[in-house]
Amino acid sequence: MPALDSIATIAVAMLAGSLRVSTPFLFVSLGECLTEKSGRINLGNEGVLVLGAMVAYAVSFETGNPWVGVLAAAFAGMLLGGLHGVMCSLARVNDVAMGIAIMLAGTGIAFYFGKPYVQPSAPLLPGIPFGFWLESDRFRNALLVSPLFLLGVAAAFGLHWFLRTTRAGLRIRIVGDSQDAALALGLPIDRTRLLATACGSALAGIGGAFLSLCYPGSWNEGLSSGQGLMAVALVVFARWNPINCVYASLLFGAAGALGPSLQTVGFTWGYYLFYAAPYAVTLIVLIATSHGGRSLRGMPGQLSIGR
Amino acid sequence: MSDATYPARRTLEALLAPLLALMAASALFSVFLLVQGQSPLDFLDLTWRGAFGSWFSWQNTLQRAAPLLLTALCVALPGQLGLVVIGGEAAVVLGGLAATVVALPFVQMGPVIVLPVMALAGMAMGGLWIGLTGYLRARLGVNETIASLVLAYIGLAIFNHLVEGVFRDPASLNKPSTYGIGDDNMLGSIPFLEVHPGIPVGIAACILCWVLIYRTSLGFAGRVAGGNTKAAQLQGLPVARLAVGACVLGGACAGLAGGIEVAAEYGRANASLAAGYGYTGILIAFLARFNPLAIVPMAVLLGGLGAAGGLLQRRMGLPDATVQVLQGMILVAILASETFYGRVRWFQPRGAA
Repeated sequence: MPALDSIATIAVAMLAGSLRVSTPFLFVSLGECLTEKSGRINLGNEGVLVLGAMVAYAVSFETGNPWVGVLAAAFAGMLLGGLHGVMCSLARVNDVAMGIAIMLAGTGIAFYFGKPYVQPSAPLLPGIPFGFWLESDRFRNALLVSPLFLLGVAAAFGLHWFLRTTRAGLRIRIVGDSQDAALALGLPIDRTRLLATACGSALAGIGGAFLSLCYPGSWNEGLSSGQGLMAVALVVFARWNPINCVYASLLFGAAGALGPSLQTVGFTWGYYLFYAAPYAVTLIVLIATSHGGRSLRGMPGQLSIGR
Repeated sequence: MSDATYPARRTLEALLAPLLALMAASALFSVFLLVQGQSPLDFLDLTWRGAFGSWFSWQNTLQRAAPLLLTALCVALPGQLGLVVIGGEAAVVLGGLAATVVALPFVQMGPVIVLPVMALAGMAMGGLWIGLTGYLRARLGVNETIASLVLAYIGLAIFNHLVEGVFRDPASLNKPSTYGIGDDNMLGSIPFLEVHPGIPVGIAACILCWVLIYRTSLGFAGRVAGGNTKAAQLQGLPVARLAVGACVLGGACAGLAGGIEVAAEYGRANASLAAGYGYTGILIAFLARFNPLAIVPMAVLLGGLGAAGGLLQRRMGLPDATVQVLQGMILVAILASETFYGRVRWFQPRGAA
């Protein structure tokens, strides 16, 4: 049955693809979630993603250890996110516009220093073969899961616990929900937001490391396709809940895997349109979650996109 | 007591803040170059020569500045209403595609028919595309920044799908393109000066938009809506319609830029249209603080920086991303300089409290 066979192929490719494509979404959306919980938005995470990818690849190439690359990417992300945090703490500075500036600066710096690393091949992060007991190569490849994906899922649960039960998490939520309450309690608003932005961007940097060290697993200037920006919509969809970010990322990942999966069975019509599926999902999510200007359930009160 | 010099001081403040930001960004970029053993003076010298040193480099600069004048308006017009719309790139490519495709049936009738048709089609398409963002924002409360960016990706995908699909000229093998509008119908350079024909169009558009914003009641209503939405609503101003209108108008400018690029440069629509003009326009609009008249010098400045890129690569061995690093630093500094306004008392209104 050739038709059934191609449906199976598509299904397997979709499963494998969504696990792979969703990981950068997961890390960036967790980082964005943490930042937005403190009442600030960071569109600069797109720049962080590209910079993280470049730094991870370069450091992995120079040291021979991809895990050092992942750490370096997180650190680079933290620095760039910290810059965004500092700039936004100045009075009257618009965080949406500043995010675009940080995005431009981050990608510029990544392209500038990344030029010599387009050609050489760095050691990549090996996947964990969960499908070793299967006969078919196809299924075994599909279940070759990156350790970063598991780390991302663990980070989601960790972040959920952190925001919900710890003192620091409560403080972040107060600062994000009501500046007046935070002032009355004497909480350091700017410092809290700076730390939340920097740590959020560190997570986004790891998402970039996944792009260059796992899948697609190389460094070039067209590596990111706007995941850092789509993460903002993803967080809205996930209602600022880290656990929901996992499900939302898998959905976005599946949308991203649709085009390549159809290609595996030779269905090439509308390649560009299927390639745009994640963006269409983003737009639909944005429209479906909008309530004509009224604030959404779970949304931090101080967020500027809630105007 | 009246304060006669306040308007002058306010203008001075609006000039000084971006100037200081530009100087801060230049200083930061100089450090960036010095750390890597490159001379900032060489950079300045080469940039000057590559951008404005000769009539040839001026032509190159103006050729790049021409579409930037219009794409910056695509950010500045909604910006006056407090909307950050950053999806101009899609309006440029779809505008260019619409201009080409709609003009194809008329190519036998000569440029007198073809060029106005192209301009109208490009503007309609661009206006429709950015207007959609405005509609989503005004009627559904969708964040316009993210929506416009997502729509930019979708627009580029549709553009690629159409150019490599139904509208493709089978003769274009390496670089999929639409059928051409024909050399006879193309827009020539301005006689004697040999300057890109988009320059006078772009400058005229900037002047018209300035008059619209600062000298008409419609523009005033828009600025009130941008300054304080609640106040504007209380006054009974049609805030939603103003927002959609500003987006449509801005998108029409970007679409026109795409049409002019096809008519003056390529003769057909292909991937060359996606040259990043929409994204550089964002930078220019912020540099100009959304003032259409200030867009003109800023577009020439950024066009010059782009024109000098090749020379910088050849002479100093700097990667092509160098210009992007500088642009990023400038934008960060310009946005940070917003905090400067209102800080120095001398610039503030005096007299009656």
